[in-house]
Amino acid sequence: MIDKRMPLEDMVAQLRDGMTIGIGGWGARRKPMALIRAILRSSLKDLTVISYGGPDVGMLLSAGKIKKLVFGFVSLDLIPLEPHFKAARQAGNFEVWEVDEGMVQWGLRAAAARLPFLPTRVGLASDIVRRAAGLKMIKSPYADGEEFVAMPALRLDAALLHVNEADSVGNTVILSPDPFFDDLFGRAADRTFVTCERLVATAEICTAERARYNPFERSVVTGVACVPYGAHPTANGPDYGIDVAHLTAYGAATAPEAWADYRARYVDVPTHEAYVAAAGGASHLASIPLPVF
Amino acid sequence: MTDHSYSLAELCICAAAEAWRNNGEVLASGITLIPRLGASLAKLTFSPDLMMTDSEAYLVAEPVPVGKRGGYAPVIEGWMPYARTFDLLWGGRRHAMIGPTQVDRFGQSNLSVIGDYTKPAAALLGVRGLPGNSIHHANSYFFPIHSTRSLVKGEVDMVGGIGYNPARWPSGIQPRGLDLRLIVTDLAVLDFEGKNHAIRVRSLHPGITLEQVQAATGFELEVPASVPLTPAPTAEQLAYIVKLDPQRLRDGVFKGNPPGDRRA
Repeated sequence: MIDKRMPLEDMVAQLRDGMTIGIGGWGARRKPMALIRAILRSSLKDLTVISYGGPDVGMLLSAGKIKKLVFGFVSLDLIPLEPHFKAARQAGNFEVWEVDEGMVQWGLRAAAARLPFLPTRVGLASDIVRRAAGLKMIKSPYADGEEFVAMPALRLDAALLHVNEADSVGNTVILSPDPFFDDLFGRAADRTFVTCERLVATAEICTAERARYNPFERSVVTGVACVPYGAHPTANGPDYGIDVAHLTAYGAATAPEAWADYRARYVDVPTHEAYVAAAGGASHLASIPLPVF
Repeated sequence: MTDHSYSLAELCICAAAEAWRNNGEVLASGITLIPRLGASLAKLTFSPDLMMTDSEAYLVAEPVPVGKRGGYAPVIEGWMPYARTFDLLWGGRRHAMIGPTQVDRFGQSNLSVIGDYTKPAAALLGVRGLPGNSIHHANSYFFPIHSTRSLVKGEVDMVGGIGYNPARWPSGIQPRGLDLRLIVTDLAVLDFEGKNHAIRVRSLHPGITLEQVQAATGFELEVPASVPLTPAPTAEQLAYIVKLDPQRLRDGVFKGNPPGDRRA
C-alpha cells in the first residue's frame, strides 16, 4: 500500500504558480488553515482559488497569492463580513468570478464527472450572467426548449481539505455536522491534500457505524498530514469551535503594519507546534466552544 | 387598541410570521433575528407543518430558541447539510426570508457590492445563494431600516436575487420558480400584489403614514384604496416570542427599541 503521509511543506511543494486550487470547508468552518499558512510562507503566486470562502480566502488575498477568485461569498460566519476580502475587493486587487454558491458545487460536480458543464436555472435573470466572464447559456434539446446557464466544470489542479481523522493510505472521516462539498472538491481535483486532527489505524477509522462519515474513497487522496488544530482559527466540530477572539484580531489586522504583525506572530513561524503555542496552546484551543448559529 | 404594549421588533416578528401562513410542508428559512423568530412563531402557531433547521446542519422538530442555548437541546428530526439544502431548494420546497442590503421596484435584491462592480464603495458578502433561491422558491425580505438606500431607485447595484423584471428574463418569459411574497420593514409591510407584481403597500405599522413610507422608498409604491394597520401581536404570540427569545435579543434590532404602536 502507498503510504500517503507527507509534511505540509511537501504538499505545498507540489503546487505551482498559476494553479487552480479548491479549498474545502465553509466560511469559518473546517478550513485547512495550516496548509493555507504554509502556502503563505511559500513563493507561490497567481493562484485561481475556488472556495466557500472564509479566512482562507482573506489570508491568501492579503498575502497577494490570488489572481482570480471563484466564489459565492466570503464570510467569517459569526463575523458576517471578512475584512481582508472586503479590503481587497474594494481595492479591485484581484479578478472576480462571482457565482451563486449552488453554482460552485454544480461546477465541481461537472468536473468530478468529467463533463464540460452542467445546466442550471441558477444565475438566469441575475447579474451573474453579465458579470461572470465567459459564462455561457444552453437551450434544452428537448421539446421544452428552455434556456439554462451552462455552468462550466470547475476543474482543480489541487484540492486542500481538513478532516477529523485519516489513515496513512488516505481513508478519511468527517465527524463534524456538515461535510460541506469536500467530496466534490476532492473529485474535481487532480491532486487532493488532506490534513487531519488525528491519524488512526485503518482498522479503526471506518467501522460499520462510522462508514457514513467517510466522504470519499482513498483513491481521491494524494497526501495526508496529521496536523492537530490544523483548522484553527476556524471550527473543526466536534473537536473545537470557531476562535472568535482570534478571528476578531485577525479581522482588525488589514492595514499593512497590522497584517505584518499578524503574519509574524501566526504565519511566519517555524513549525505548526509553534503556531499552536502562539494561538494559546493546545488545551486552550481544545476548549473553544462549538459555534451556535 | 390592545390592552398590552408591544415593541416594534415584536410587531415585525408577527408580520414576518405571516409570510409562512398556509405554506404547507416547506423549509422555512428565516435568516437574521427577526425573520428567524417570525418563522419560528409561524411554526408554533398557524403553520405547524413547516420544516426548520438549527441554522447549522440539522432539521429540528421545534424551533430552536435564539441566543445562548443554556440547557436547551434541539429536537433533531433530520439532517440538512448544505449539499442537501441545494437539493431541496432547487426542488422548490422552501420559503426564505432574508435581509438583503438593497431591493428595487422589481423585487431584485443585492448582497454583493454597493457602487461600481469592479471597485465597489462597499464589498458585502457576495451573491451567496440569492440567484438560486429566487429562481427556485418563495422569498420574502426584511429591512430594519426602510430608506431610499435600501429600497432603491432604478435597479439594485448587483442583481443577485431576481425579480419581476421581464427585461432580464430569458426570452422575456417569467422563470417558473420566481415567487416573491412579502417585504417587512420598520415602517410597513409591502407585497408584490400590485399590477404586474408591482410592490404594493399591504399594511402600515401603527403611527406610520403612507407619505412617510413613500418618502423612504426609492420607487413609486402601489397603494390600494384602503390600507390596513399591521395587526398588533396577540397575547398568545407575545408569550411564544418570550419563549423563542428568552434573552430579549429582539430589543437590540431597532435603535432605541421603539414601541410597535407609534401613534402619539
